[in-house]
Amino acid sequence: MLHPLFTEEHEQLRRSVRQFVESELAPHAQEWEREGGFPDWVFKRMGDLGFMGVRFPEEYGGQGGDWGHSIVIAEEMARCGSGGVGMAIAVQSEMATPPIFKFGTEAQKQRFLLPAIKGEKIVCLGITEPNAGSDVAGIETTARPDGDGGWVINGRKIFITNGVRADFCVLVTRNDKEAGHHGFSLFLVDTDTPGFEVSRKLDKLGMRSSDTAELVLDDVRVPSEQLLGEQGHGFVEIMWELQGERVIGAAGSIAGGWLVFEKTLAYAKERHAFGRPIGRFQVNRHKFATMATELEAARQLLYDTALAWERGEYPVKQISMVKLYSGLVVNRVMNECLQLWGGMGYATETGIERAWRDSRLLRIGGGTDEIMREIISKTMGL
Amino acid sequence: MNIVVLVKYIPNPEGTPEMGPDHRLKREGVEGALDPGDEHSVEAALQLAGSDGEVTLVTMGPEAAVGALRRGLSMGGHKGVHVLDDSLKGADVLVTARVLAAVVKRQAGFDLVLAGVESTDGYTGTLPMAVAELLDLPNVTFARKVEVADGTLKVERQTEAGYDEVECPLPAVVTVTAGANEPRYPTLKGIMQAKQKPMDTLSVSDLGLSAEDVKATQEVMGLEPVAAKEAGEVIEDPEEAPGRVVEFLTKAKVI
Ligand SMILES: Cc1cc2nc3c(=O)[nH]c(=O)nc-3n(C[C@H](O)[C@H](O)[C@H](O)COP(=O)(O)OP(=O)(O)OC[C@H]3O[C@@H](n4cnc5c(N)ncnc54)[C@H](O)[C@@H]3O)c2cc1C
Repeated sequence: MLHPLFTEEHEQLRRSVRQFVESELAPHAQEWEREGGFPDWVFKRMGDLGFMGVRFPEEYGGQGGDWGHSIVIAEEMARCGSGGVGMAIAVQSEMATPPIFKFGTEAQKQRFLLPAIKGEKIVCLGITEPNAGSDVAGIETTARPDGDGGWVINGRKIFITNGVRADFCVLVTRNDKEAGHHGFSLFLVDTDTPGFEVSRKLDKLGMRSSDTAELVLDDVRVPSEQLLGEQGHGFVEIMWELQGERVIGAAGSIAGGWLVFEKTLAYAKERHAFGRPIGRFQVNRHKFATMATELEAARQLLYDTALAWERGEYPVKQISMVKLYSGLVVNRVMNECLQLWGGMGYATETGIERAWRDSRLLRIGGGTDEIMREIISKTMGL
Repeated sequence: MNIVVLVKYIPNPEGTPEMGPDHRLKREGVEGALDPGDEHSVEAALQLAGSDGEVTLVTMGPEAAVGALRRGLSMGGHKGVHVLDDSLKGADVLVTARVLAAVVKRQAGFDLVLAGVESTDGYTGTLPMAVAELLDLPNVTFARKVEVADGTLKVERQTEAGYDEVECPLPAVVTVTAGANEPRYPTLKGIMQAKQKPMDTLSVSDLGLSAEDVKATQEVMGLEPVAAKEAGEVIEDPEEAPGRVVEFLTKAKVI
């Protein structure tokens, strides 16, 4: 039975995306993992195919879809065999761009949103800084008026996905330290603006096909037309962005967990030890039962949460639960599955160790486990 | 250009199909899809039809076969015709051809009929020729490229050695190979639009066919798995090899 988030048309879209991912992306996954990057054409191709920004209206390059469609795409991207590709695409179409659609002016939508959804421009989202990650309100990047109606931005950003090659950045800054949470503003900054520099590309454990940058902004001048949303409202705006980011992140990771689960289940039926398939040992059979139960629980919570959002709620607590739970479950699943593969799980050729490495990010990026628990427990009057 | 494409809904193209007790493929109650081979003929039709042409998709099959039409419509086809009739269960190639030919005849002013080379489930590869024969139209098979210039059909026909250039008058029936194009993936927009496109469901009597016309003349008596290929013999010693090969070929009466 289909979850009410989906209709037959969602499943048809799933078939389209799956065909694309399996025939055009998956064959390159190993090479992209090895090289630590994937080519720009993937953005353009997905834009041409209408797989980017499906939830946006057609006039901004989207397809007029809903949360169910976005989740279908995130889930199918997990089949590509390289977590970094799905993450980079998700940053482009579900994390950096929704604030432009929601808070941007018509001119900003035409200039920034449309080319991003067409895949003609690559976009990154700059929140995290060397001295502030979980504590977003602790960021130090400043934006001050330049006296001519524009702004001057100074600061550093780190762990910025797509940042090495982005054409523009949705940047979180602090424009008024005294104003507390009301002293933040978002900007749309072209990366070729003087003073904007990629200071390094970070090497990392997993998500290796996705580029991760450190950025330095040194007296970067932007005109007032590039202030995104309302001056001083940046904190609330970026918190809103993070909700969608967490939903999409969970969708991709749960789907990735299921793929590894299924591959491992097939292996456990084939691989023999002590005269029987390894999946027949009760200890392993029970592992499969537990993993399937937890993955299914995570998936149902995700679908229910997305449906609540689709129906007009803003379910922050539930989103935090999905983010927390899916990260924990998928990490457990990857770990158990690698164990079930034995040496073959540790060897790179099966792709299990890659999935295991990629999945570790789920408990850190987009808000750590601990931060999710903070948000959830704050609703309990503790 | 008005083009009719014959499409088939087949069970589970990626998996292993199941056989029923009547020795026929189980088609009802199983997941299926538009035959991947047919995606190429739909794509060819969409390219040929251009912006002012019309592509009509025709299928015969159980309830679920409407899925093949929907897929073709979401790729960009304009309308669909589904022949749905209990009496067609177990139809053989000739019956299917009679039904499809009858549908094609009803499409006023069609210029071209496209089909796949063979279906991925049945692999008979004879249906399009039978349709052409019944319609008394020329038939070009294995097209790797189809063009229409000045009302004449120009086809590059794939052969084992390369390709033949074939010309023939329209209308005609052409089978399209998988090498002809890269079928497009339906977009969400295409999928949503497909829901609004006209779809006709016809019965055997709607087509003016009699019970006799649709009575299968073939019957599947039984099924047997193909014997597994035996491992070949490997001759490691280069000295010994030529003699052994000659011996083998002589024994097989090849030389
Ligand atoms: C591959 C990758 C891609 C990323 N992409 C982006 C991107 O595109 N854009 C972007 O802006 N950011 C991005 N990030 C940054 C990511 O969001 C942060 O790493 C994350 O929010 C955690 O921040 P931090 O690394 O500074 O850890 P810290 O905040 O320094 O946390 C360190 C540890 O302290 C814990 N901790 C912090 N506060 C509390 C508390 N109150 N109670 C209990 N424990 C606490 C944390 O949970 C964590 O375990 C990316 C990160 C990675 C690794």
